Amino acid sequence: MSFFKKLKEKFNKQSEEVSEKFKEGLTKTRDSFASKMNDLVAKYRSVDEEFFEELEEVLISADVGVQTVMDLMEELEMEVKRRNIKDTALVTEVISEKLVEIYYGQDNEEIEKLNIQEDGLSVVLFVGVNGVGKTTTIGKLAHRLKEEGKTVMLAAGDTFRAGAIEQLEVWGERVGVEVIKHSEGSDPAAVMYDAVQAAKSRGVDVLLCDTAGRLQNKVNLMNELTKVKRVITREVPDAPHEVLLVLDATTGQNAMSQAKTFSQATDVTGIVLSKLDGTAKGGIVLAIRNELSIPVKYVGLGEKVTDLQPFDAHAFVYGLFSNLVDNQQKEE
Amino acid sequence: MAFEGLADRLQKTIQKIKGKGKVSEADVKEMTREVRLALLEADVNFKVVKDFVKRVKERAVGQEVMQSLTPGQQVIKVVKEELSDLMGGEQSKIAVANKPPTVIMMVGLQGAGKTTTTGKLANHLRKKHNRNPLLVAADVYRPAAINQLQTLGKQLGMSVFSLGTEANPVDIAKQAMEYAKAEHHDYVIIDTAGRLHVDEKLMGELHEIKSEVSPNEIFLVVDAMTGQDAVNVAESFNEQLDVTGVVLTKLDGDTRGGAALSIKAVTGKPIKFAGMGEKLDQLEPFHPERMASRILGMGDVLTLIEKAQENVDEQKAKDLEQKMRSMSFTFEDFLEQMQQVKNMGPLDDLLSMMPGASKMKGMKNLQVDEKQISHVEAIIQSMTKAERINPEVMNASRKKRIAKGSGTSVAEVNRLLKQFEEMKKMMKQMTNMGKKGKKKGGFKLPFM
Repeated sequence: MSFFKKLKEKFNKQSEEVSEKFKEGLTKTRDSFASKMNDLVAKYRSVDEEFFEELEEVLISADVGVQTVMDLMEELEMEVKRRNIKDTALVTEVISEKLVEIYYGQDNEEIEKLNIQEDGLSVVLFVGVNGVGKTTTIGKLAHRLKEEGKTVMLAAGDTFRAGAIEQLEVWGERVGVEVIKHSEGSDPAAVMYDAVQAAKSRGVDVLLCDTAGRLQNKVNLMNELTKVKRVITREVPDAPHEVLLVLDATTGQNAMSQAKTFSQATDVTGIVLSKLDGTAKGGIVLAIRNELSIPVKYVGLGEKVTDLQPFDAHAFVYGLFSNLVDNQQKEE
Repeated sequence: MAFEGLADRLQKTIQKIKGKGKVSEADVKEMTREVRLALLEADVNFKVVKDFVKRVKERAVGQEVMQSLTPGQQVIKVVKEELSDLMGGEQSKIAVANKPPTVIMMVGLQGAGKTTTTGKLANHLRKKHNRNPLLVAADVYRPAAINQLQTLGKQLGMSVFSLGTEANPVDIAKQAMEYAKAEHHDYVIIDTAGRLHVDEKLMGELHEIKSEVSPNEIFLVVDAMTGQDAVNVAESFNEQLDVTGVVLTKLDGDTRGGAALSIKAVTGKPIKFAGMGEKLDQLEPFHPERMASRILGMGDVLTLIEKAQENVDEQKAKDLEQKMRSMSFTFEDFLEQMQQVKNMGPLDDLLSMMPGASKMKGMKNLQVDEKQISHVEAIIQSMTKAERINPEVMNASRKKRIAKGSGTSVAEVNRLLKQFEEMKKMMKQMTNMGKKGKKKGGFKLPFM
């Protein structure tokens, strides 16, 4: 079976389980994708330099990263020669296949689920630079977990930014979960301590901890984050069960630096790729997964409370090429 | 950082052609390829890179580079010139309306930093231009956005106009204008909600606000870390609203900031300000010249000097120089020096700002361990005053005590003592050198 068929089939199967929004956000062109792909292929009758160039540009414009793209193109050109591929459709398939491969590497392909304990308290710590959507993501995830029947509590650990605590409180009200907070300017580690105590005594299933956004090159602020994590671990030995780095899909190559530095400070266990409903593709997560083995766990697809969905590498790679299809459309 | 600067990239190519008497067209091609990669790695949009490289190539293939004795240097020079041209000169002026109030509208994607920038801009207007701005909370969508602006207003002691979250942003803007006139505010800054450039409904709303209040400035606020998509964002905001300027935020991070180039190239609009930190006074005029160096990874000497000037006490620096000359440099001075350098920011950053630092052997992947520095600090702090001034008195039992006091080992204490001695020797050599050769500029990084 061809890879694209597999991809499509896999996607169709999943779309029944996944909400409508996911389809909309990730594959606006889902239905017409195959036919558009054919159009593109028709434009490029032969596998020549021009064709490779366009592929390269599509991937670079998706922020996949220069090095990754260069390596990929090199491999691809070799593969094309080796297998004597003349059909452009086949090339696009091979490249998608390779992208999924880059993402998963040696690991198996199952969707990496959130590590939530069957019984007892699970703590999820959210970290990231300023303005990526940590607080919003927490609101959405709280909603999701509550729908799954969990009891959820939020910790307002962003004591720095003006209005951050109120923002989380609004989400708490919307979703109907309790928010543990101190006043603005207080010690975030102290907030975490109280929140963990409260979560334990009230027998909550999941505690979602917000933190202030910080640029990864601010050493003191990164140390503060390490301390916040340490306080959590001291109160619940195997916590935090997840440390989720929220990445803005519009971010370019700096996302790699973010992933590295935040991992050093807090052992990031997963990524939430936010704002994927715009025109940005967030392709850098492929390289991050490949180099640092940090999987993407969720994607943010809009402003509504239901707009957070589990990540699916196949659908994601599929989305990377929508530019190719769009370009094609424009030219027509 | 994982990225190589343009200078490093070109270095490799130059090594290859060094032996050759003449630079061929193929060599130039290889060099422009490196330029392309450097720009792409810095997040400059690929279309912008394409045009840019084409121009560089034209100039490079011409006389300018190929006949030069130092083709690598020439390519860098051409690139820098082209880049500076493209970025334009410094422009941080803000329009003034003939009839007050002057209206500024802040627009951009979610999380770009509009609200924070609104606060910073208001602070800038008051401090630098002695104005009395009114902040308008027109973000009715994001939870607590109004709250955020109100808090900033309180911190700044400025009035914030709000009609709550139920009102229509267009009405808010309209009523804010009346309020500003009545209260004699000479500037009105409207903080709008973050929105996607492809969201037709919300972009329409901005349009309505624009025609309602006819702003003198529309500032597009863009995150400096934005990748390839910066072009799409800037293009559509500009097409739909005809923005008058750009504010680049979060530039105090470690991003190369190629987005700046993309935005300038596709909109032609000046980047007026840069957000350089979380505090409300950390909005600075944008320096296109420095940005060009930063994108290319060529070291940012100007920023380094500024940082040093900000954080190093001049008198202390003079004293130190004296001490270095007279060889009376002690552990006490060493400690003080370390603290001053630490004030300037993370050491990796400082190193990365020094041009050529990446070329030095061993420096390339040097990860400065901040922890090690605190170990050194602990060791010195565990010494008695006498020991700090005169390390010669050190004996085995003193060393043991120091190791215990600082939570390190005798071996580490020994290492530091040895390093300190070597440093003193080096200083002697350096100061001797300084006396002979006339030093230009006079800038000296303390203790390095």
